[in-house]
Amino acid sequence: MRLKLALIVATAVLLAGCSDTGGGTGSATPTGADSAGATPGGTLTVFAAASPTDAFQQLGDQFEAAHPGAKVEFNFAASSALREQIIGGAPADVFASANESNMTQVVDAGLATGPAPFVTNVLQIAVPPDNPAQVAGLSDFAKSDLLIGLCAEEVPCGEFGRESLDKAGVTPSIDTNEPDVRSLLTKVENGDLDAGIVYHTDVLAAGDAVKGINIPDDQNVVATYPIAALSGSAHADLASQFVEFVRSPTGQQVLESFGFQPA
Amino acid sequence: MTRAADRAKARPPWALIPLAVLAVAFLVVPFLALLQRTPWTGLSELIGRPVVVEALRLSLLSSLAATGAALVLGIPLAWLLARVRFPGRSVVRAMVLLPMVLPPVVGGAALLFAFGRRGLLGEPVYEQTGLLLPFSTAGVIVANTFVAMPFLIITVEAGLRSMDRRYEDAAATLGASQWAVFRRITVPMVAPSIVAGAVLCWARALGEFGATVTFAGNLQGRTQTMPLAVFLALESGDRQAAIALSLLLIVVSLAVMVPMRDRWLSL
Repeated sequence: MRLKLALIVATAVLLAGCSDTGGGTGSATPTGADSAGATPGGTLTVFAAASPTDAFQQLGDQFEAAHPGAKVEFNFAASSALREQIIGGAPADVFASANESNMTQVVDAGLATGPAPFVTNVLQIAVPPDNPAQVAGLSDFAKSDLLIGLCAEEVPCGEFGRESLDKAGVTPSIDTNEPDVRSLLTKVENGDLDAGIVYHTDVLAAGDAVKGINIPDDQNVVATYPIAALSGSAHADLASQFVEFVRSPTGQQVLESFGFQPA
Repeated sequence: MTRAADRAKARPPWALIPLAVLAVAFLVVPFLALLQRTPWTGLSELIGRPVVVEALRLSLLSSLAATGAALVLGIPLAWLLARVRFPGRSVVRAMVLLPMVLPPVVGGAALLFAFGRRGLLGEPVYEQTGLLLPFSTAGVIVANTFVAMPFLIITVEAGLRSMDRRYEDAAATLGASQWAVFRRITVPMVAPSIVAGAVLCWARALGEFGATVTFAGNLQGRTQTMPLAVFLALESGDRQAAIALSLLLIVVSLAVMVPMRDRWLSL
């Protein structure tokens, strides 16, 4: 009995898998016919950096509403992980990266052309809501009795954070180099760290869980996020329409409502 | 002994062989693929970097310390679970094994909630003494022990349950104290299980990533172990360094496990 059930489930899974690939090949073959139509349909797979997750979900809904028959699916992760997946052959149509170097590596691999900036983000100091160490600015990052976290220099927020400290002439007394901005923010929220450098949008998204302290413009770093339609896309027209939409005034307005700044 | 030797020579049931070969292939092919991608020419330079040397030192130190802690705490617990009937024993066993099924990142977060600066136990300790586990090498050892100890406990418990208890009974009848029976009879008889459990525990600790980075953070020389260094090398796009580091980790584990397997684990 149980075996029978298992077989039914297995068959269903296999069939689902088959029909999926069938659909994929079906839509991939008549690409010419696809691009002839004014609004091509199909499912668009967007690989996007984790920081603009909420903004992109809203952008996806609006794009679907404006393009009947089109469906937008997202894969949100660290830009570096997305880069590895794209270079490894993942079936993506659009790549939105949180920094330029990950995009450059995808372009260098011949998988995208003409990336364009779609948004910028600035840095902010995040401290626990009660700011127990009374952090006031970047100079506090040099104090060895404080628990200071940065993103690791291997990821974009770590690279920018160090650039900012450099501009301020501060040598930080670091207790941890977190692998991504989320885990850094969580440790600040919990009060396990006294301060960390994150993106302005992260502080906004965290609400009351952390307090943001502005970094003066002359010490701050502007992170530019590039977006590109990928060369291997089976829905090239739809992909470039999505990129255009994100960069359009409507798209920019959505992104700004989440704290991003126009590119 | 001779019967065992005869058995080893006996004809195996042929139906098992294709599946066994498939299992080996499934487990080995990814490693072959890794070897195929290994940058052999720059290998010694990559492995000699200070960041790698420090990560390897920390990995060995923390995984061995965690194994030591697991032996000291885990053997008594395994004995209790195997030999003493007490109310709620199955609940205790399930709780003890929880770290095996929990995503390690969740384990790390739970450790922070317990031993972090604002944690259940961490806060009073920090306020009294100023001592803090997160962001320290001791924190890495705690995270490793938390994740790896269950492997030792279940292995030793299984050994205790399957051992022939008549030797213990005989020793007790001859007047040996309970402690003497445990030390002179029980422990030597389950020694293979203890070694197997310790090796499993050590291997799990050596590869630990999620709980370590969540609880202890990541700082070169203090909390950055090999898996963290590999992850960050991959993040930065330095795939060659990541592969070289992974290879080093594999070589170190094989160097320990291959001789162990022959000496202790062939029961």
